[in-house]
Amino acid sequence: MMLGIVVGPLVATQKHRKFEGSKLLLVQPLGENDTPRGPVLLAVDTVGAGVHEKVLLVLDGKAAGDAMQKKGAPVDAAVVGIVDHVDFS
Amino acid sequence: MQVARVIGDVVATRKDEALTGLKLLVVQPLDPERQPVGRALVAADAAGAGVGEEVFFVRGREAAFPFYPAEPPVDAAIVGIVDHWSTEGAVPKEGRR
Repeated sequence: MMLGIVVGPLVATQKHRKFEGSKLLLVQPLGENDTPRGPVLLAVDTVGAGVHEKVLLVLDGKAAGDAMQKKGAPVDAAVVGIVDHVDFS
Repeated sequence: MQVARVIGDVVATRKDEALTGLKLLVVQPLDPERQPVGRALVAADAAGAGVGEEVFFVRGREAAFPFYPAEPPVDAAIVGIVDHWSTEGAVPKEGRR
């Protein structure tokens, strides 16, 4: 899993039927010290996250499909948590 | 998934049998400013997309799911056509590329 920051919503009417009822969010994955890492991705939101929130992101088709609770959904990324804080020791 | 623009289509006569009937499109991933980012790639179309449209595509094994029960050997598939999206300056600065 990775941390990311929600940067915006995406609306699509014409999409695969397994996406019906799902919210799509653009997410910037974060590396160390909350620095952006890699390109902005599109993820299915399963927890009700909003713009500017730090989130927990899965980048795996199986995990993303499980989070959606839909078998055979053509997804490869999902927001599965909203991060309160991260502590390093 | 990633947002991309469809920039071309691919015609291949001799190919894996399971690819027969699939529309193959060239997609260029976009950054939040709608500028090209990374390499263009070929994706199978599962959304009825056309050249010039903004779409989103899925990578990996799940790219074959829209064609179930067929299991075409594809690693990217267009699964939606974008109506609109915005980031309203929410992208961290170094993340714009």
